[in-house]
Amino acid sequence: MIVANNVSVSLGRKLILDGVDFEARPGTLCAIVGPNGSGKTTLMRALSGDVAYRGRITIAGRDIEALKPWEAAAMRAVLPQHAALAFPFTVHEVVKLGLTGGRSGVSAAEQRNLPDRALARVDLDGFAGRFYQELSGGEQQRVQLARVLCQIWEPVLEGAPRYLLLDEPVSSLDIKHQIIIMDIARAFAQQGGGVIAILHDLNLTAMYADNVIVMNGGVVAASGSPSEVLTDTLMKRVFECPLRVGALPAQGGPFVLPQSISGPPA
Amino acid sequence: MVSDTHSISGSVMRGRSHGDRSPIARLVILLLALGVVVTAALSLTAGAADASAYAVLRHWVFGGSAAGPLSLRDQVIIQDIRLPRILMGILVGSGLAISGAVLQGLFRNPLADPGLVGVSAGAGLGAVSIIVLGGTSLAPVVAVLGIYALPLFAFIGSLIVTLILYRVATRQGRTSIATMLLAGIALSALAMALTGVLVFVADDRQLRDLTFWQLGSLAGATWPKVAASSPIILLGIVAAPFMARGLNALALGEATAAHLGVPVQRLKHVTIVMVSAVVGACVAISGGIGFVGIVVPHLLRLFIGPDNRYLLPASALLGAIMLMAADAVSRTIVAPAELPIGIVTAAVGAPFFLWILLRRRGVIDL
Repeated sequence: MIVANNVSVSLGRKLILDGVDFEARPGTLCAIVGPNGSGKTTLMRALSGDVAYRGRITIAGRDIEALKPWEAAAMRAVLPQHAALAFPFTVHEVVKLGLTGGRSGVSAAEQRNLPDRALARVDLDGFAGRFYQELSGGEQQRVQLARVLCQIWEPVLEGAPRYLLLDEPVSSLDIKHQIIIMDIARAFAQQGGGVIAILHDLNLTAMYADNVIVMNGGVVAASGSPSEVLTDTLMKRVFECPLRVGALPAQGGPFVLPQSISGPPA
Repeated sequence: MVSDTHSISGSVMRGRSHGDRSPIARLVILLLALGVVVTAALSLTAGAADASAYAVLRHWVFGGSAAGPLSLRDQVIIQDIRLPRILMGILVGSGLAISGAVLQGLFRNPLADPGLVGVSAGAGLGAVSIIVLGGTSLAPVVAVLGIYALPLFAFIGSLIVTLILYRVATRQGRTSIATMLLAGIALSALAMALTGVLVFVADDRQLRDLTFWQLGSLAGATWPKVAASSPIILLGIVAAPFMARGLNALALGEATAAHLGVPVQRLKHVTIVMVSAVVGACVAISGGIGFVGIVVPHLLRLFIGPDNRYLLPASALLGAIMLMAADAVSRTIVAPAELPIGIVTAAVGAPFFLWILLRRRGVIDL
């Protein structure tokens, strides 16, 4: 379990996160939603150990500040929102960087093929020999995800669940690949791992998340299951725009329909 | 044999479509290692005294007086002049090239070169302090450290520049290329100004040494110089491959490298000290030989890719070959006089640097 207790982060003199409590259990997909600047990415960076924070964050009961980099790398993998790459690496070489820590969880023999298998999962078969920098934004995002998957390929290692921390994993993807990637995340959770994902699409959130954290102004505005959290009033208040939340006839889950702010078309 | 070559070229071809360039890289490293041996052998036999490689080899294998054909004069020329010079060429060439590659990995861009960003100028300042003040105010230091005073002071000079450079150019794990190059210019200018002050107080004999040394040359190669610098340079070359995986991960940025399990702070400290020590040792014995650190890794990346596990050893080997070749040019092009090797490397390296700038103009627009 990843637990954040009363976590606050200041960047310069501005308080970005203000006493956030948060929990991500293994076997679940936890979505973080909220408007731009609400502190989602800062929360993710605190969970990843990238920024200094007050309060306490633990993974499997261990304080993340006390973990060695290679210990943390065996417990969780992080997909950043933007990934820069300095040199002309091929797609294969980028994905193989995921194996840097050597704790993918598969045998040495299988590890050789792992980059290819990871690329196949994110629907990038045949891209291994291409140069990363020549790919489109969406393709690059999927290469990065394949790299992240290689790092903790087995969702559970020696009995310990592992976690995927994904900052907007589907932000530049077409609808087909949004579904493919969210399916991968859900499968990871179903196999016993944990997933924390920042999402902007409330319908994907409703469809895939087990738990939803709504961030607003650096605090947690609400948390719970999608049907508890994705309500007309809360969404309107947090996102400051008209939204209609309905229930899907088949599964009974919520769906969210945006409304024009300037009124209905004439 | 035939099937062997087939399987090598076969895996090379497969490698290309799979994006895994390690088979090509291994092949290139093998060829470069052969190249070092061949170039060294050719350099050993080339020069005013026409002792053949065969005679030299026979002399070494069968030893002393039994080796008739090798005259005492040739022995002296080969063992005390050419051999230390070739070894120094190998040491300095591989040291500068591998430092360039490591520095580029650390700064995450291919324009970081010890000569361009002031690291060599810092080393030069340290070395010149010993040359000029070694007999006077720094005499106690020289008395204690002996032949190691020069490389040690060069190391301190380059370490200070590298530390300042990293502080100035890198913010929150991101290095600005523009800031790095401009800070390098400023630090170079400062180091050179201080060096200028020392040159100003130097006497005539020191001055002649300094001028030649500032242009860069292997002509002063002696066994003590090889002995003083080789432990540091060899240690750097041996240590560099252990940084390779970390430097590879660093290409994705400091945060992501840390997420992958790399102890980023430690890696940064180790690489900065290693680069400073190796550049310091190289500059201490050979002066301002520029552009090796940028030309060699850049050429290699075109063929074997940026994977530091292969790039670093390959850089060391190609650096050795190129510096031995440049030394051969500097010895023969205006024979019987000698052109300082720094002029040769700059004449080739500076246009090469401009070519990289042209190719990458879009990427590094300020």
